[in-house]
Amino acid sequence: MISVLGQGVAGLCAATTLAERGFAVEVIAPASAPAAASDLAGGMLAPFCEGESAPPVIVARGHGAADWWAARFAGVVRRGTLVLAAPRDQAELDRFARATAGHVTTDPGVLEPELAGRFARGLHFPTEAHMDPRAALGALRGALIARAVPFRGGPPRGRIVDCRGMGTAAHLPDLRAVRGEMIEVSVPDLRLTRTIRLLHPRFPCYIVPREGGRYMIGATMVESARTGGVTARAVMELLSAAYTVHPGFAEAEVIATGAGLRPAFADNIPAIRRDGARLHLNGLYRHGFLMAPALAADLADILTDEFAHAD
Amino acid sequence: MFYGIDIPSRLMLGTAGYPSPAILREAIAASGAGVITVSLRREGGEGAAFREILRASGCRILPNTAGCHTAREAVTTAQMAREVFGTSWIKLEVIGHADTLQPDPFALVEAARILCAEGFEVFPYATEDLIVGERLIEAGCRVLMPWGAPIGSGQGLRNIEGLRSMRAHFPDVPLVIDAGIGAPSQALQAMEMGFDAVLLNTAVAKALNPVAMAQAFGQAVAAGRIAHKAGLMPPRDMAAPSTPLFGLAELADAL
Repeated sequence: MISVLGQGVAGLCAATTLAERGFAVEVIAPASAPAAASDLAGGMLAPFCEGESAPPVIVARGHGAADWWAARFAGVVRRGTLVLAAPRDQAELDRFARATAGHVTTDPGVLEPELAGRFARGLHFPTEAHMDPRAALGALRGALIARAVPFRGGPPRGRIVDCRGMGTAAHLPDLRAVRGEMIEVSVPDLRLTRTIRLLHPRFPCYIVPREGGRYMIGATMVESARTGGVTARAVMELLSAAYTVHPGFAEAEVIATGAGLRPAFADNIPAIRRDGARLHLNGLYRHGFLMAPALAADLADILTDEFAHAD
Repeated sequence: MFYGIDIPSRLMLGTAGYPSPAILREAIAASGAGVITVSLRREGGEGAAFREILRASGCRILPNTAGCHTAREAVTTAQMAREVFGTSWIKLEVIGHADTLQPDPFALVEAARILCAEGFEVFPYATEDLIVGERLIEAGCRVLMPWGAPIGSGQGLRNIEGLRSMRAHFPDVPLVIDAGIGAPSQALQAMEMGFDAVLLNTAVAKALNPVAMAQAFGQAVAAGRIAHKAGLMPPRDMAAPSTPLFGLAELADAL
């Protein structure tokens, strides 16, 4: 029996892969557990764009994520990412193009008619995808329950796989929090169909379309473990960036705001760590939905190997 | 000497915007920077994990008040920085305009006066204006930090003649070029002009390879300092042959 602690993206991907590979699994998720940071994620599956600041391993291992999710969740939208910059920030676009691969230069208005005439050029990353992260996690949970994987509180009964993000910081002294803030708005009149990233030297942002005319606008990156609600400054920065993309955002209804703590190691690369008999899958940073499937596969390999040797 | 402290390298490196703390740590080491600057305004008391990584670098830390828009905010942030880092050094930044990030000289002088009276050793981020510089010294500052160009712009030394005047006007005050440096050649130029140090962040943090760029800046600053001390030859307004013209064979006549 494997006891997966936590039901954020790390825990549910781990439990899913382990269950699919034939392990007996339980998910330990007490009702009192804090909400998962992944509930606030953008849900982008954008390995090339992340490569702007992430090391090559993230790009390489993130490639399989869109297929992995699409095999388990019907809501993966594969329309790519469109990267834009305001006219005076064109240097940012050039830098982004040099720092990444997998893109073509494009006329944004051709891809997204709502943007016609607003931006002279953009970068299109056609193979990238996005999805609603909460719906995707709901699909994993549903499939696990259908396989009779128990979700419960109480003490774990099996080998511990700890996927609790910042909730397990006491076990991982080099894990730090990187605060992120996001807002969700509703603008039914505005029709953007793919993830938009707006480059800015200080306030970069991304806009991820969701069903029903909703958009997720994120996300700040602050080297702080501060909990508590989204700051006015974050809301101002994110909304003004969204407004730069399309003035229609000024008429949006703000339907949610959120702030959470991303767990990160010093190199910002997600990792599996051993801690006695406990295995940690943690440090997903801003790459949770992109990297959790690859780490879950690594985890299943490790456990398969161990169980084989134990026989 | 900066408030009685001699730092081994005249490069001061900012710590914001790197791909990861691990890369930041490598960049600091590769640059050989003598001082690193750290912001506190946005991160607050809960930014301890990141600051611990910086402390572990062993570099002297110059906390800054980046993101402050009023003298009062800057003073509060400086007081917090002193508690957090146990240093009386503070890079005083009071932003006058959110877009250009230009310093507000009036609030800057006001905050500098308060902080110097409280025993802080203030490194004020200012423009190359001579009168502002004098007022800052009058307030108690023993270092001045004129900008090269607006923060993050990478435009280099935008007003070279103004900076030259400032260097001449304050011959005994340590002057640090802070902000606007985009390329090692620009940092080298500042050091050749006799500035005492260069402070930069974005040019390294946002390079495609921050660690290699950090090394390049470290070498440029060192080269510029050596060149300044070695005494640069003055530019001349006509070509000056280095060998005598007399005595050269007059080949044309032989034809």
